[in-house]
Amino acid sequence: MIRVQQEDFDIGAEIARLRAGRTDIGAIVSFTGSVRDQSGEVTDMTLEHYPGMTEAELQRIEAEAQARWPLQASLIVHRYGALMPGDNIVLVVTASEHRDTAFDAAKFLMDYLKTGAPFWKRETGPGGARWVEASAHDEASAARWTKPKRAAE
Amino acid sequence: MRLLYFAWVKEKVGVAAEEIDPPAGVATIAELIDWLKARGPEFENAFARSEVIRAAIDKRHVRHDASIAAAREIAFFPPVTGG
Repeated sequence: MIRVQQEDFDIGAEIARLRAGRTDIGAIVSFTGSVRDQSGEVTDMTLEHYPGMTEAELQRIEAEAQARWPLQASLIVHRYGALMPGDNIVLVVTASEHRDTAFDAAKFLMDYLKTGAPFWKRETGPGGARWVEASAHDEASAARWTKPKRAAE
Repeated sequence: MRLLYFAWVKEKVGVAAEEIDPPAGVATIAELIDWLKARGPEFENAFARSEVIRAAIDKRHVRHDASIAAAREIAFFPPVTGG
């Protein structure tokens, strides 16, 4: 399941809802991304997104994870709008029988989200506002997941 | 077709969305960018480093060589920075 929202999320409540009534789940991994103040360089942040495409991309990324791993459940929640240092930005939860699947799928979801989901961060600090630049590290992390596929071709 | 701009591309062109009717010779995203750049200094500036601009057709990522023939909505934006 995916959700795009302005409101904060409660990690414990999200995981409780995901596993409610289920006795088949053996491993649950969650990742939470939050706003860093970067030693006072960031006083607030605005997250812009592309309504419609954001949801479509997150659904596509989640479907890709479910095709690659035997997941029993997954959840992506991503916020947009005005955020402050310490605020939650994104939550990814994966559930499976065994831990490796849940860990790998959670990392995959985050790596693909980072390079594919149409969000843009604008940070404000003492020196003014600036759009955050995409990182080569994120591109490399996402590209790693395509290597086994290429090798098989 | 409808054009959408996001993040600093939107700030530079000065509008969030517009309807356009490019001439028949404009067949790909790359050609559309070239056509847009000729519309004025704000477009010339926004698309100056066109290789960093990302595009989506009808809410799916596409490369600059993608055909725009069937496009209803085309978006231009910087590399994404969510998560």
